[in-house]
Amino acid sequence: MDTAFFVAWFEDAAKVVRLRRDELTRLDAAIGDADHGANLDRGFAEVRAALTDWPPASPVQALVSAGTTLIRRVGGASGPLYGSAFRQMGKTLEEPVTLARFAGAFEAGVVAVERLGKAAPGDKTMIDALAPASRALALAVREGLEPLEAFERAARAAEEGALATIPMRARKGRASYLGERSVGHEDPGAASSALIVASLATVAGGVS
Amino acid sequence: MVGIVLVAHSAGLAAETAALARGIAGADAPVVGAGGTDDGGLGTSLDLIERALASVDQGDGLVLIPDLGGSVLTARLLTEPGRVELADVPFVEGAIAAAVSAAAGAPLADVLAAAADAWTYRKVSGP
Repeated sequence: MDTAFFVAWFEDAAKVVRLRRDELTRLDAAIGDADHGANLDRGFAEVRAALTDWPPASPVQALVSAGTTLIRRVGGASGPLYGSAFRQMGKTLEEPVTLARFAGAFEAGVVAVERLGKAAPGDKTMIDALAPASRALALAVREGLEPLEAFERAARAAEEGALATIPMRARKGRASYLGERSVGHEDPGAASSALIVASLATVAGGVS
Repeated sequence: MVGIVLVAHSAGLAAETAALARGIAGADAPVVGAGGTDDGGLGTSLDLIERALASVDQGDGLVLIPDLGGSVLTARLLTEPGRVELADVPFVEGAIAAAVSAAAGAPLADVLAAAADAWTYRKVSGP
């Protein structure tokens, strides 16, 4: 996984977030403040611009640049959360990047989100998609899988994790103010996390 | 004096709460607001908060008081133990308590303790 892989990951994520923007906003309109799609679309468009204007020289630079851009350019909570995840991934990642090193950095990114948001699995947040994806990656490393299959498994785990937020009662973020009324809706942050993890498989598979 | 930055989702809320705190603590109290996004929308801006921190930094420490949600996350990214601390306190009461304490020349730890006292304030009756 070279610098181009990471740039392609963010480009695909930006494309998918734009395509699914209205869907993310609809999810957020149900239990949040209806800005998740627009915020994330704007943030990833800025990431794309930053990576074009200042081409990163390494995977670490790509991750840190993307994270910093999201933190600075997204006004909602998703900016600091996704931004911290990518920055922490960048700070942890050792090069040259192997699947095992990627999986370790991904786990560090998830831990950064948990720490910043003080969220745990089951709180109906991004973590409910990201933590299963991280576990799937770690397992794939232990089984010696190739990156494509590992990322496909992570994508499936993230999507299942996102759907599993539907019956949950939110304990973090604006949705938590709704109490029981947050039940029955997919968490928009978990949904967008699943899209971003799925982009890994798309890029590894070379069908972008 | 310890500098205080009030981080809110709305520029108006941050600025007016800071004005209220200065009105009570004294016009010299180093309290400013950093609310809303770069383009004036609802949300938070790391750039605005960094500029606000620089504007009240007298070298005696800084306190960030966020309103809720994303403001807390953004503010937490800027903390530096011993120099830039986040006060997890009620927004208005905490801002005023911190401002009064800072304006009196209290050190960082005392300003944080004064802000934390705001959790105990009751508006009508005792606890």
